[in-house]
Amino acid sequence: MAVKLVFLGKLADLAGAPEKDVAGPLDWHGLVAALPGPLGDALKSEKVKLAVNGTILADKIALAAADGDEVALLPPVSGG
Amino acid sequence: MKDVRILHGELSPGNAMTAFSAAHPEAGGIVSFVGKVRPDRDVEELELKHYAPLTLKGMEDLADATLARWPLEGVLLHHRTGAMRPGDPIVLVAAAARHRRDAFEAADFAMDHLKSDAWFWKREKRAGEWHWIDPRAEDHADLRRWGK
Repeated sequence: MAVKLVFLGKLADLAGAPEKDVAGPLDWHGLVAALPGPLGDALKSEKVKLAVNGTILADKIALAAADGDEVALLPPVSGG
Repeated sequence: MKDVRILHGELSPGNAMTAFSAAHPEAGGIVSFVGKVRPDRDVEELELKHYAPLTLKGMEDLADATLARWPLEGVLLHHRTGAMRPGDPIVLVAAAARHRRDAFEAADFAMDHLKSDAWFWKREKRAGEWHWIDPRAEDHADLRRWGK
């Protein structure tokens, strides 16, 4: 088991893949450490939101994901 | 009653409207809007991505908000995802009401929110290269008409 990261929109291009598994448990500092480079910079932008198992985090710094959880990185939507 | 769908294949507005009209015999009027992939610039292809745990739930919440704001018989939100070409229908919104003014306003409200708030990411292929589309300021300005 692991924490599944899901990259949406242009973040998937930065990650080079739509998904990535990382070892749990995972907090904000662990997530930043797991995503160096441009992807990590994008993650820190206030425009990028996090969702855990489909629920948006009001404060992404409060991330606390366990093995089996899905964490989505959500850049601003383009609209429908 | 709401009819909310994310479509992975073709969107047929005519068929959807026939079914929606039949489902709401009490409606005195139905307003519908079809959004199409705009044939401009040098766009060869458009691709929409969604995130299943958020996108459908968000659209259902929007349908509920629309039903709560106007006296409607029903509301329909159908949105495509995946690859599309210029001219293809991408979104269908419809509102059925006893009276036309409610139907016009409800469809306008739902469409403005879908354009700016829905969980979709869009990219266009131009000259063989993909480009992600950023949100448009006009879409957010449209939302302010509704007190947001």
